[in-house]
Amino acid sequence: MHKKKEKIIRWVFSILAFSSLFFLVGITITLFTSGLPVFREKGILEFILGKEWYPTYNPPAFGILPLIMASFLVTIGAVMICVPLGVGSALFINELANHRQKAILKPIIEILASIPSIVYGFFGMVLVAPCLQKIFHLPVGQTAFTGSLVLGIMATPTVCSISEDALSFVPQSYREASLALGGNRWQTLTRVIIPAAGSGLSTGIILGMSRAIGETMTVLMVTGGAAIIPTSFFQPVRPMTATIAAEMGETVVGSIHYHALFAIGLVLFLITLLFNIIAEIISRRYRLKLGLGR
Amino acid sequence: MNNKIKQQFGFFLLFLCILITIFFLGLILYFVIVQGVGVLSYEFLTQIPKRSMTAGGVAPAIVGTFYLTLGAIIFAIPLGVACAIYLSEYNPQSVVINVIRISINNLAGVPSVVFGLFGLAVFVKYLGFGVSILSGSLTLGIMVLPGIISATQEALLAVPQSYREASLALGATLWETIRKVVLPSALPGILTGIILSIGRVAGETAPIMFTAATFYTRGYPKSIFSEVMALPYHIYALMTEGVHPEVQTKIAYGCALILLILVLSMSTLAIILRQRQRGKTYYGT
Repeated sequence: MHKKKEKIIRWVFSILAFSSLFFLVGITITLFTSGLPVFREKGILEFILGKEWYPTYNPPAFGILPLIMASFLVTIGAVMICVPLGVGSALFINELANHRQKAILKPIIEILASIPSIVYGFFGMVLVAPCLQKIFHLPVGQTAFTGSLVLGIMATPTVCSISEDALSFVPQSYREASLALGGNRWQTLTRVIIPAAGSGLSTGIILGMSRAIGETMTVLMVTGGAAIIPTSFFQPVRPMTATIAAEMGETVVGSIHYHALFAIGLVLFLITLLFNIIAEIISRRYRLKLGLGR
Repeated sequence: MNNKIKQQFGFFLLFLCILITIFFLGLILYFVIVQGVGVLSYEFLTQIPKRSMTAGGVAPAIVGTFYLTLGAIIFAIPLGVACAIYLSEYNPQSVVINVIRISINNLAGVPSVVFGLFGLAVFVKYLGFGVSILSGSLTLGIMVLPGIISATQEALLAVPQSYREASLALGATLWETIRKVVLPSALPGILTGIILSIGRVAGETAPIMFTAATFYTRGYPKSIFSEVMALPYHIYALMTEGVHPEVQTKIAYGCALILLILVLSMSTLAIILRQRQRGKTYYGT
């Protein structure tokens, strides 16, 4: 009797445990089936490499190259802001701060990481965009640069937390060995700790990038939304996420435009999947290198 | 000497990094609080919008966010906790562990707008739930699942192995051990994870844009099949729709402040809980 009950419970748990696999597969299938009609009608290459995105024109054009380039442009800009700030902050917290500063700074960073993206988007729209417009004498304040700036600030706490984690894995003996050999703290930091934590830090950076490229509300509100191939940082652009969010409400269900938006979702999904897999591989190597197993 | 100057300069740079980070984030909080505080009032919190969003309150949006969050959590807790229990208590084969672990990791990395697309295609259209609290809650629930799983796993891992061994040695079955020994001692840790998830769900916008949210409803939602107003979406809508941008921006400041208070108090609560928890185990052992 007991045994039977135990078996049933184990069985139920094992089924529930597969839920995340089930949802991941479900998302993949949904994106593929809903995006497929576009590929069939327009061809995959023409869709991805097409330079024009005019979904509501007659005849419509569905080329997402401008959107992909916009996404990468904004993300690269954001990474250039959030990586130095985030990693630098993590180094400060982990290597320089004393116990009391650490006890204050760590929770602050963590709490700030939970500010919702819509608040950043709102902040960017009412304050950052108008300011930048004035400073740089731009025709509009909502540009790729604005998006990068706001997204970069937003991703900083996340990059900081992940980097801080990676740094805390570096064994104390590394530091002691370097100091014992006569290296000062700065030399220890740059020549021992950063190289030792290098792949852990790069995992954080890749995860930060993956998050930045998938971020929706912020870029939707501050990048301006012009679907043209970007030629400069100070020009309105339309990243992939913003396109989906802005146009899904206006399109007719089942139309080619609707399917095209799902196809963009698929491209986005595959890009972030690739980033995550790379991050996973690097982090596994990192843990092995430091002898942490798994 | 040269080395010393280098070190001083390097340390200064790192200090600058954290200063800039805190400054920018503080700036955002400062602006939202200063501009939002004037908008908050008893009416703002308790009344429905009036005169095409230029007067009245945002009560339906607050209620909508509450329902969506509640629904998502009710859906995600049993699944997430069960998954974590299976992974850490039942010791399945390593192939199974790997498959599940990889899918959790990848699910955690899926952009929120893609969850929105999934919810639209499956819950809204395929299952016919329409744009509703139900569709939105399920979508948000799936999004937050990986977070709940990893928080629960961490909490289970922190329960000393000797607790399990003692219970099993007394003749309890595995399930009895999990239910009466492991789960009670892991509960605070699991709760922390759930509270963090609540904060995250309450602030998400992209997944509910096509599955649950609407700019304006007449009063409060009637059932789980009605569409709702939600705070984060309301901020977006106020900034991009409507014809009275100046008044709307003010209301948006109010909404942003309410949302910030909600989300930040959740994460603060979770962090305090966790620190207490750590303190306890430290003195206990």
